[in-house]
Amino acid sequence: MMQGFWVPRRIVMAAIALLLVGWCAVSLNWTWLATPKYQVLILQGIWTTIWILVVTMVLGMLLAIPLGLAQAAGPWWLSGPSSAFCGLIRGTPLLLQLWLLYYGLGSLFPSIPWIRGSDLWPILRQAWPYAVLALTLSVAGYSGEVMRGAFKGVPHGQLEAAKAMGMPRLTAFRRIWLPQAMQRVLPTLGGETVLTLKATPLVATITVVDIYAVSSRIRQDTFIVYEPLLLLAVVYMAIAGLIVLLFRWLESRVPQKTA
Amino acid sequence: MADTATGKPEAIRVDELHKSFGAHHVLKGVSLTAREGDVVAIIGGSGSGKSTMLRCINFLETPSSGQITIAGEPVEMRADGTPANRKQIERIRQSLGMVFQSFNLWTHRTVLENLIEVPVHVLKTPKDEAIARARKLLARVGLAEKEGAYPAFMSGGQQQRAAIARALCMEPKAMLFDEPTSALDPELVGEVLQVIRGLADEGRTMILVTHEMKFAREVASHVIYLHNGLIEEQGPPDQLFGAPKSDRLKQFLKSVA
Repeated sequence: MMQGFWVPRRIVMAAIALLLVGWCAVSLNWTWLATPKYQVLILQGIWTTIWILVVTMVLGMLLAIPLGLAQAAGPWWLSGPSSAFCGLIRGTPLLLQLWLLYYGLGSLFPSIPWIRGSDLWPILRQAWPYAVLALTLSVAGYSGEVMRGAFKGVPHGQLEAAKAMGMPRLTAFRRIWLPQAMQRVLPTLGGETVLTLKATPLVATITVVDIYAVSSRIRQDTFIVYEPLLLLAVVYMAIAGLIVLLFRWLESRVPQKTA
Repeated sequence: MADTATGKPEAIRVDELHKSFGAHHVLKGVSLTAREGDVVAIIGGSGSGKSTMLRCINFLETPSSGQITIAGEPVEMRADGTPANRKQIERIRQSLGMVFQSFNLWTHRTVLENLIEVPVHVLKTPKDEAIARARKLLARVGLAEKEGAYPAFMSGGQQQRAAIARALCMEPKAMLFDEPTSALDPELVGEVLQVIRGLADEGRTMILVTHEMKFAREVASHVIYLHNGLIEEQGPPDQLFGAPKSDRLKQFLKSVA
């Protein structure tokens, strides 16, 4: 196994990578990384990026499933609004949606007394709910479209077998239709997750302190231009790598035969 | 054969069944009765309505009009022929094991999981009981080794035998076969027919839509020849295949021979 891996071409590439890393470590300025204040900020930023990603992907998919189902099999009064929603989300920039929610809703809410007086106000006056909402709607819009195709792509016979055996419709959806649609959609969903990860820095524009905001802060504080950006690239690549591995594992759980 | 069956209770009864797809009138008033232990074979050319007729029995197609009675229980229908009671339809489907031309095993589940899916998750059979029953059935259809395999990794003949075992795992009162060997490579047909023959031999009630004339003649107790949505001729297999009366059936048998 290991012998098969270390072929000459890989050895050369690994050597080049090591040299590059070595050069970066030695000749660039990483002193700021030793500051405890920045270490804490960086970890908090990474944590914020990750939880925003996870929460928006989960909530977004929970919305995408009914959106996709409505478009694939729903009556016109469900499929129409669903496809309009997906079209709207996919047709406008995420940055615009984010700002519309934050500066629009966010400035509307304080002018409504019962919202201002409600228990939710301490949450609604912060920035993160608008970030989560905007990203969730974005995931829902894109993945809703993907789920539409996935639901339609499940062969009719698979559902007919469930029907013929007297499965109630909800059981057939839960046990047959949804799992098969999800399985079809996994490779695309992995890509969507990576794209969403790379959309998260936008939340820094509405004052949410994610890892991108942290690196900007460090750059402004220290006047070090380049190195914090490099750290940012490494962090995003590492998270993206984890996402790819996770989805590869999910896909491998049911062996596929590509005919 | 037909004589010995009389007196037994009716398992499936179809009266004056009509089915239209839009302006296309596929079934123009067909009736059949399968008593317990009967093996009814439905033969006919393509487009004769034989599959549609079978699919109307468990309401995979909604009849346009007519009456279907399963084990003495009339299926509730509205004036336009649509089923009135979803729960009743589901219960009746659970009592009729359906085998499709294209197998339709669930691709995201192993063979064993396919077999126990409905018994465990719909009929609420205890899981170990369902697994024990499923293993017995898999052994019977010669697939004991394949319980952990996914359908995509099996031959058509193996998939169809697993699909038959899946239908049997519901302990159905009757079996419906919709051209079970039509999608198979010729060399795989035999192993599937052998399983179906075994079921006929143990006295299971079955309705079988098939293109295998020789097989129909051997296993059926009653044969129905459908032409253009009407029963052209029916009777015991030896009579139908040995001494067909109508010209159309004579012609049909000549064309498939």
